[in-house]
Amino acid sequence: MELVLSLAIGVLAGSGIWLLLRPRTFQVIIGLSLLSYAVNLFIFSTGGLRTGAAAILEKGEMGTLARYADPLPQALVLTAIVIGFATTALLLVVLLAARGLTGTDHVDGRERDR
Amino acid sequence: MDHLTIAPIVLPMLAGIAMILIGDRWRGATVALGLASCLGLVVLAVLLLGLADAPVVRVYRLGDWPALFGIVLVLDRLSALMLLLVAILGAAAFTFSLARWHRAGPNFHPLFQFQLMGLNGAFLTGDLFNLFVFFEVMLAASYGLALHGSGTARVRAGLHYIIVNLVASLLFLVGVSVIYGISGTLNMADLAMRMRNVAPEDRALLEAGAAILGIAFLTKAAMWPLGFWLSPTYAAASTPAAAVLSILSKVGIYAVLRVWLLLFGTDAGESIGFGGTLITLGGLATIAFGSIAVLATQNLSRLAGASVMVSSGTLLAAIGTGQVAATAGALFYLTTSVLAIGAFFLLIELVERGREVGADVLAVTREAFGSGEEEEEDEEDEVGVVIPGSLAILGFAFLTCTLLLAGLPPLSGFLAKFAILSPLLGAGPVPALSWVLLGALVLSGLAAVVAMLRAGIEVFWASPARRTPAIRVIEIAPIGLLLLLCVALSAGAGPVMRYMQDTAQALHAPGGYLGGVLAAPPAERVR
Repeated sequence: MELVLSLAIGVLAGSGIWLLLRPRTFQVIIGLSLLSYAVNLFIFSTGGLRTGAAAILEKGEMGTLARYADPLPQALVLTAIVIGFATTALLLVVLLAARGLTGTDHVDGRERDR
Repeated sequence: MDHLTIAPIVLPMLAGIAMILIGDRWRGATVALGLASCLGLVVLAVLLLGLADAPVVRVYRLGDWPALFGIVLVLDRLSALMLLLVAILGAAAFTFSLARWHRAGPNFHPLFQFQLMGLNGAFLTGDLFNLFVFFEVMLAASYGLALHGSGTARVRAGLHYIIVNLVASLLFLVGVSVIYGISGTLNMADLAMRMRNVAPEDRALLEAGAAILGIAFLTKAAMWPLGFWLSPTYAAASTPAAAVLSILSKVGIYAVLRVWLLLFGTDAGESIGFGGTLITLGGLATIAFGSIAVLATQNLSRLAGASVMVSSGTLLAAIGTGQVAATAGALFYLTTSVLAIGAFFLLIELVERGREVGADVLAVTREAFGSGEEEEEDEEDEVGVVIPGSLAILGFAFLTCTLLLAGLPPLSGFLAKFAILSPLLGAGPVPALSWVLLGALVLSGLAAVVAMLRAGIEVFWASPARRTPAIRVIEIAPIGLLLLLCVALSAGAGPVMRYMQDTAQALHAPGGYLGGVLAAPPAERVR
């Protein structure tokens, strides 16, 4: 499972960074989204990967991480998703405004003369 | 438990929420609320500064959970100092905006309050993840403020600003999660305690995580080569927004100070001083780049943006040396430069008003957003109180800004640079890096003098304004206040420097911080 997850994170991050370096705003925003998926998976994986671990403690059990999944990365990833979602939505608005105002969807450049 | 510590976060939050509910229907109420909140923050910050000036840090546990499980807010000297700077700059910029800018687009007031809330939260929080959350609150508000007034230049610069910051936030998250994965904690004090016992094979990974985190902070602090976004964004932003944005780069500096000194301070085991030289070198490169930018630009707003970079570089270079006295000097420099650059950003608009360039931009935005009715009302307003000899006043303020930014005596800019350099060039053999730092500080000061004088001659002598700019008291008063505070800093440098030295001591030997945060949880309650 570690291998699959690391490959998934790696592929997402790699494609995200490639798209991020592309000239057009739409590619950049998709790149940012992919990158944030990669980061979210990465945060999630820092709690340790386990199959079938209980989400919370059973009654009367000792509080040790051997018995249940680490809840903190899950809380972190939830927060990160919400914040990432909001900021991406904001970026989308700015992207559209920039497209409307400048007449081009280049991040930092101009349309090549055809 | 006393709730004063959390008040600087709650007050602007409530004010912002109330403003959204009120909407644009009663502008008077919104303005009154904003003023009350800004002044309240100044009062709170002064109170908290008084309370924080003690060896013990004040810890606020949300929900009264022990520090290891719950969220803590920590108020120490550094946090209190930053809170006060934010409050003063916020109040000044807000007052300035009331003259006209707050009407240039929707939702300026709530955004401004949330900006203050995010800044205050970032300075108060005691754990890394909430630092991220407050960074995001602050950034989200700053995106709105940077775009305030709209227009092609702002949207274009804002787009770059948002993308760069989103990437930096992702790096922040990666750094935080690496650190959590290895140490199992996000509380900064707890993390500092665990630094000693990190397994040797994990240490490199932990340092890598901290380095990635550092990149996120340094992007905010605009260290070369991470700071190219700064100048265009600040130059394009509306005047009061730019003044507030100028303290955002200091948040990066604060985070470096706090996290780096805590994690890689005296308790770090083998990692003591990790990356310090790199921070100094980066700072020096930033000074060089910023100084060239200062000399190269013709535009006053870009000049101010470049000055922000120079001040960031100076701070990083001084902090990276890892000496207590140099850090104290850096804190003094930070205080001065926040006030001076804030005042300079506000001043630029007034100076340019006579030159019609700035007026054009303003006219365009007002055309896009202002309704006819408002414009009539403004015409009356703009007659305002014409201060006699307003150009003279502007010239004097400009001169004061020059002295402060260039670090010339007798004002506090000079004292700050002196306070940074004198401990570095003290007894014993002086390392080569300190000489380089000395050269960089002197040369950057020279560059600032040359650029500011050139700009000043251009504005006030060579092409005198076609009409004497009409300046309202409400616009010049905040600038005067900020500059007066700088003069007061110069006059009262002794006590202020004493405070900075205590702050630096506590930062470099964080026993009080660690003890305060990790102290035994409150007595068990009988259930």
